Amino acid sequence: MSFVITITVNGDEKRISEGQTIADYIIGLGFDPTKVAVERNREIAPKSTFNTQVLSAGDTLEIVHFIGGGNNA
Amino acid sequence: MTDTTDTWQVGDKTYGSRLIVGTGKYKDFEETAAAVEASGAEIVTVAVRRVNVMDPNQPMLVDYLDPKKITYLPNTAGCFTADDAIRTLRLAREAGGWDLVKLEVLGDQKTLYPNMVETLEAAEVLIKDGFKVMVYCSDDPIMAKRLEDLGCVAIMPLGAPIGSGLGIQNPVQLRLIIEQTSVPVLIDAGVGTASDAAIAMELGCDGVLMNTAISEAKNPVQMARAMKLATEAGRAAYLAGRMPKKKYADPSSPLAGLI
Repeated sequence: MSFVITITVNGDEKRISEGQTIADYIIGLGFDPTKVAVERNREIAPKSTFNTQVLSAGDTLEIVHFIGGGNNA
Repeated sequence: MTDTTDTWQVGDKTYGSRLIVGTGKYKDFEETAAAVEASGAEIVTVAVRRVNVMDPNQPMLVDYLDPKKITYLPNTAGCFTADDAIRTLRLAREAGGWDLVKLEVLGDQKTLYPNMVETLEAAEVLIKDGFKVMVYCSDDPIMAKRLEDLGCVAIMPLGAPIGSGLGIQNPVQLRLIIEQTSVPVLIDAGVGTASDAAIAMELGCDGVLMNTAISEAKNPVQMARAMKLATEAGRAAYLAGRMPKKKYADPSSPLAGLI
C-alpha cells in the first residue's frame, strides 16, 4: 500500500502518494517538465534531477513558467 | 532598407533590431506574437510566474514565441526586494537555460520607480552567480556608473515612469549616462508613441524597451510596426548627425542671382 504525504505546491497544500519524484508529480499534473522550473524548499531543483529527487512530507514546491510580461507586468 | 552593418551586442549575441518589446497586457497570445513579429524585435521580455496547477492545458507563451528564434529576456517585474528578484531569476535561468536577464527591483507601487539600493545589491549577487544582467535603473549617472562597474551588461534607465507613456522626460540625464557608459544603454520605460522612440534613439542610446506603448495602442500590431520604423529612423538620424539649431531663419535657396 502507498502512504499519502502532504506537500505545499505554489502556496496550496496538496496530498499526494508517497514515493513520487519531481518528474512523476509534474507529469501527473499534466505539465511538460521541459517548460517549467521548480524550486524545492527555496532551492532550485535542476531539471537534470527531476527524475531522482523524491518528494518528502512537508516539502514546499514552487512550479513556474514564462508568461507574457513587460515592465511590472 | 535596414542597415545590416549597424548592429549591437549584449551577452554573447549580436542583434540588428534595437527595439526590445515586452509581452504583457495583450488580448491573447496570437496578438502578442503578431505584435512581436511586426515590431521586428529580436529580444522580448517575459515574466516568471507560478503555473496554474488546476489547469495544465492553458496555452503557454513558448508555444507562440519560439525561444530558439527569439531571445527571451526574463525580468523581475513585480519584485520589490533584492531577495525576490534573485530568487525569480534563478528560477528563470532553470526554466529557460540561459543567463541573460533583466533585473528590475521596484521601490514604490505608485511610481514604480526602481529601488536602487536593492537593485545594486541584487546585481552584485547575480553577477557573482554567473548571470548577465541588463538592469532597469533610475536616470542618475552616478548609480548608472556603479551598476556598470559591478559588471552589468546593459544599463537601462527610465525615460518616464513605467506604463505612463509620457515620452522622454529626461534627455539631459540620459545623455550624460549614454556618454559615460561603455556597455549598451537602452531606454526602458516612458515611450508613449512612435516619436518618443525616435527621440530616444536620437539621443544616441543603443536601443529602447517598451511594452505598454504597443499593447495598449488601439491597434497594437500597427503600433508595433510604427515603433520599428521610429526606432530605425531615430537611429539613422543619430548616425547621420543632425543640423545645428539656429536662432533665426536661414534660406535654403541661394540668394545670389535673384532677379
